Amino acid sequence: MIFDWAFAVSILPDLGRALGVTVRATLAGMALALALGLAWALLRRAPARAVRLAVFWGVEFVRSTPLLVQIYFLFFVLPGAGITLSPFATGVLALGLHYSAYTAEVYRAGIEAVPRGQWEAAWALGLSPGHTWRAVVLPQAIPPVVPALGNYLVAMFKDSPMLAGITVVELLQTAKLIGAETFRYLEPLTLVGLLFLAVSLVSARAIRHLERRLAAR
Amino acid sequence: MPPADGPVQVPPGTPIVRMRGVRKAFGDALVLDGLDLDVPAGQKVALIGPSGAGKSTVLRILMTLERVDAGTVEIAGEPMWTMPRGGRAVPADRAHLRSVRRRVGMVFQHFNLFPHMTVLRNVTEAPRHVLGLARDAAEARARELLELVGLADKLEAYPSELSGGQQQRAAIARALAMRPELMLFDEVTSALDPELVDEVLGVLRRLARESRMTLLIVTHEIGFAREIADRVVFMDGGRIVEDDAPEAIFTNPRNERTRRFLRSVLRG
Amino acid sequence: MIPPLDLLPPLLAGLRVTLVLTAGGAVLALAAALAAGLGRLSRHAWLRWAAVAYIDVFRGTSALVQLFWAYFALPLLGVRLDAMTAGILVLGLNIGAYGAEVVRGAVQAVPAGQWEAARALGFRRRQALARVVLPQAVPAMLPPFGNLLIELLKSTALVSLITLADLTFQAQVVRAATLRSGEVFALVLLLYFAVAQAMAFGVRRLEARLARGRAGGPVGGIAGGMPK
Repeated sequence: MIFDWAFAVSILPDLGRALGVTVRATLAGMALALALGLAWALLRRAPARAVRLAVFWGVEFVRSTPLLVQIYFLFFVLPGAGITLSPFATGVLALGLHYSAYTAEVYRAGIEAVPRGQWEAAWALGLSPGHTWRAVVLPQAIPPVVPALGNYLVAMFKDSPMLAGITVVELLQTAKLIGAETFRYLEPLTLVGLLFLAVSLVSARAIRHLERRLAAR
Repeated sequence: MPPADGPVQVPPGTPIVRMRGVRKAFGDALVLDGLDLDVPAGQKVALIGPSGAGKSTVLRILMTLERVDAGTVEIAGEPMWTMPRGGRAVPADRAHLRSVRRRVGMVFQHFNLFPHMTVLRNVTEAPRHVLGLARDAAEARARELLELVGLADKLEAYPSELSGGQQQRAAIARALAMRPELMLFDEVTSALDPELVDEVLGVLRRLARESRMTLLIVTHEIGFAREIADRVVFMDGGRIVEDDAPEAIFTNPRNERTRRFLRSVLRG
Repeated sequence: MIPPLDLLPPLLAGLRVTLVLTAGGAVLALAAALAAGLGRLSRHAWLRWAAVAYIDVFRGTSALVQLFWAYFALPLLGVRLDAMTAGILVLGLNIGAYGAEVVRGAVQAVPAGQWEAARALGFRRRQALARVVLPQAVPAMLPPFGNLLIELLKSTALVSLITLADLTFQAQVVRAATLRSGEVFALVLLLYFAVAQAMAFGVRRLEARLARGRAGGPVGGIAGGMPK
């Protein structure tokens, strides 16, 4: 069976709508991952050893286990614990939690790259720890790692089809539905694949550009 | 020159620095071995000696950047690592350390300016957020100090746009803005190209002559030390070997090690 | 057996499938990574282009979408794959694309002087690569490969969505049958975690074995006592 171009064009609007869902889920998930990742990175430096170990092993566990299973876990277990979230919200939560384990490592690398002399100068001036973090360390730690964070944004985008497994009507789910209705899988799946490829290549180029601009500063 | 209007009045006669029996080891290496040192208020002290003698460690201890393994340290009569509570001495908490630290300022060998802030912001940051100065007051103080060190036209520049000598002068202004009673200088010209050293020494010279602050200067610039110091302390192997007025030490050192060191430094 | 361990037998059957997928995928990924990584450094432009195309396509698209495409769309073009084959093929090629960049980076990191010395001794390009450069590049490749192996393990969970009875698929089955969601998924997560840690440990042991005799060992003979 050859590729039916007319059909392919006709399903573009549906795919466009689904792309909106995918993009929203990815952006929301990334916002969560960025916030949580910073929290984990800071907690890894907490004075209490129990906290440090708990965060270390927690991050290690989340990073070593499949995102799909984590999605299922939240989807099936949360309602039982009295927390009812829409599939979309559950998906965003899962994406955010999973990727916060990665962004935490990125933040950690950025923080450790700030020279010790900066900490000492802030200490000598009497700046409080909170102020030192906010005004001296983080502003120097984060800009160099933005490209790495950007890469994870792209990775999350490519992982978003897993949300189809819990009925979120994003790109892959839409392709499956079209296929089920019309018995034509080739066109929708190929288009979806190409869409991902296009977004991926464009964002990879944008991130490389950003990297070069940040390095020049 | 900025007056040393520190927080608490120091009883007259109390030394600004009192170290007794201070021991400090880094791993297996013993860097300070039972050090005793008293520095009266307003004295300008040059700390000289070979590398590894423990000079920087003394400064870092006074700045609370390092803990001591044994011995006591007092700043303006206040013990550094213990504090009074209910008539007894208990280990100092963070608030106590902060209040002790407030009396001390430090200028580092590698400047350690905040690269993402302008010179002006570098100097106003601590006065605003630690001393609680209003923005205008902090900026006025910063402008005055930056003028004093010769950087009046570099207020909006970033550290990366300045030469090493300019950066170090900015770092001095930044430390002075906190109006400490004790200023520590840790080999502040060692990381500079030779032609930039004089501009920094010029600022130090003014500070030594015109301010009432106590200055503790670790330096390899022997000629400079001779010129501005009230007192020279020679350290070697973690101990104070000789401690005297500059003329005495430089023209007639009593200790053989001092003699050897001065010979090696003044040669070439 | 005591709960929740009574859930184990059906899950372990799924784990077996997961491990087979991981092993098969790893072999394919290694081959693809070497081919494409070295291909990127080839003198022949067509080889470089092919390598870049492979790497960009497989890294740039979603693994799940690739899986679906291989299983649902490929038959319509005449190529019918069973789920296991589709799984190993897609996941192996997907991870291999990431591995290719690791190979390329590690080979480029070997000092140029090594190439020059090898060529000066008369080695042809292919020999220099195989005998001198690649062996020096391998230690640097191991840590990232270790990470990719764990990524491969995690991505095998996707085959559950094309109805292959791996650990994740079995988890869904058991959950639907027993409704003990919490226990089932917690157990499954722990099983993946245990396997991941075991693999990481194995890679670390391999790294240590390769490091022996390289930087640490004493260098005797001429190199030590050559008179100036």
